[in-house]
Amino acid sequence: MGRRSLGLLFLLVVLVAVCLASIAIGSKEIPLSGVWHGLFTPTGAEDDVVIRELRIPRTLIGIAVGVALGVGGALMQGHTRNPLADPGILGVTHGAALAVVLSIFLLGVTSLYGYIWFAFAGAMIASVVVFLLGSAGRGGPSPVTLALAGAAVSALMNGLVSAVVLLDQQSLDAFRFWQVGGIAGRDLPVLTQVLPFLLIGLGLAAFNAPGLNALSLGEDVARSLGVKVGATRSLGILAITLLVGSAVAACGPIGFIGLVVPHVARAFTGPDYRWLLPFSALVGAILLLIADILGRVVARPSEVEVGVMIALFGAPFFIYLVRRKKLVRI
Amino acid sequence: MSVRLEASSLSIGYGERLVVDSLDLSVIGGTVTAVIGPNGCGKSTLLKALGRLLPARSGAVLLDGKQIDRMATRDVARVLGMLPQAPSAPEGLTVADLVARGRHPHQAWYRQWSSDDAAAVDAALEMTGISDLADRTVDELSGGQRQRAWISMALAQGTDLLLLDEPTTYLDLAHQIDVLDLVQELHASMGRTIVMVLHDLNLAARYADHIVAMRGGRIVAQGTPGEVLTERMLLDVFGLDARVVEDPVAGTPLVVPVGSRHRLP
Repeated sequence: MGRRSLGLLFLLVVLVAVCLASIAIGSKEIPLSGVWHGLFTPTGAEDDVVIRELRIPRTLIGIAVGVALGVGGALMQGHTRNPLADPGILGVTHGAALAVVLSIFLLGVTSLYGYIWFAFAGAMIASVVVFLLGSAGRGGPSPVTLALAGAAVSALMNGLVSAVVLLDQQSLDAFRFWQVGGIAGRDLPVLTQVLPFLLIGLGLAAFNAPGLNALSLGEDVARSLGVKVGATRSLGILAITLLVGSAVAACGPIGFIGLVVPHVARAFTGPDYRWLLPFSALVGAILLLIADILGRVVARPSEVEVGVMIALFGAPFFIYLVRRKKLVRI
Repeated sequence: MSVRLEASSLSIGYGERLVVDSLDLSVIGGTVTAVIGPNGCGKSTLLKALGRLLPARSGAVLLDGKQIDRMATRDVARVLGMLPQAPSAPEGLTVADLVARGRHPHQAWYRQWSSDDAAAVDAALEMTGISDLADRTVDELSGGQRQRAWISMALAQGTDLLLLDEPTTYLDLAHQIDVLDLVQELHASMGRTIVMVLHDLNLAARYADHIVAMRGGRIVAQGTPGEVLTERMLLDVFGLDARVVEDPVAGTPLVVPVGSRHRLP
């Protein structure tokens, strides 16, 4: 068994351990015997309900979102050949935010379910607009034009979001809650609604890996190796949009994880996307769950949302990564 | 002696500017062709168009008689390989992995690796003499070794046509000779057809069967090194006052520039 297969197995074991921790640890203390009881012989006691109705869905959503953001981040850094690229730079996050704000302001939507489809649609529209703008020039979509279009569209949408929440106190209150990004209080229907899109995104990502490997040698080399550069890029961007759009729709914007995870994964795999993508998926799920678990215990009995925890712990970790080794050239 | 690659009234441009202007060129199978010319004469652009990296504004590139932009890009990639100038590899990529990526046109998504692939990679590393570097990362290699690694990747692609854009850029003279010796060996022992852009006229004279001199997007002279590298041509194409003498080692033309401070009596 190769070094990388062993690494994958190791991460899988870690993920299982973190899942168990995520089910066992929370703001309400439940003894291990109670956890066992809730998992395998539930009788409807209060602890059983907490475990089955709250912690297990929360853990599953955490896995899904971590996987989506990890893989989305790796794809993004690969397609832009930029180690600082975050999946948000295509405007997906801001598009979702604008759609959510408008749904609150214009239609009075206030439930998390209500936000899902608006967020998803906003993410899709923003991504399509960025892609069209970024490919309008000669030579089709290039990393630079996409990043510029993404930055411009994001800035515009961010301005619109600010305008709406400044105008309307009620929108601000509802939006603030969404904007933090968290996996608490989301139940299984949230996951099942976005899951098909997430799975399609993962499939496209896997299909994209060999082409991405060739593209990482430069567009000219990729083309002479028989890669259809435009089609490969479009496929990758569709995958990123589906993955990050699903994550944002389910949980609101959770920053940083898409940026950090591929760097951690790359330390295991080197620059082969056929390995980097599955590693990023597992590392993403693990980091997201760890951050969420920490968020449940740092301020007991209340909780800190996972989006805040990721920023608090992710930033120093990222600085450490950057300082330890000069930023990886992709 | 058949024509493998052909440009037929080929024009290529960026925006308004025409960089290659209705150019005709035939590359004969089994030869080494060197394209020379002053900076900005369109030689790299021509090479990219021959490797279908740039679309033709008008005219066509024909590969074995078929119009190259109508062929499936993967089919082209099995016959024609191209190494751009100073390619860059992602950090941490090993030599073996780089060379393995040359197998891309022979792989399907569901079949990423076969014994054919392994054999081609081993043979390519062997051929360029870097088998012992297989597990090193590309970024820790010296310039000459790195160029060998990239050429190995192009070899693993298994194409019998190879386009090289200034394969000696950034190399010192010893490594330039080293890389060009390798190119000549590929040609001699495996019968590959090679088209390369070269800056150094003396090396072009020594290593090419056929020299194409370009200026302003057109071919101004082509033929054997002896036919093309004349004092007259150097003045016309490069605006260079030079003497051409016989290379004491290879017998090919040797260009000796005059320069403004060394006016001959």
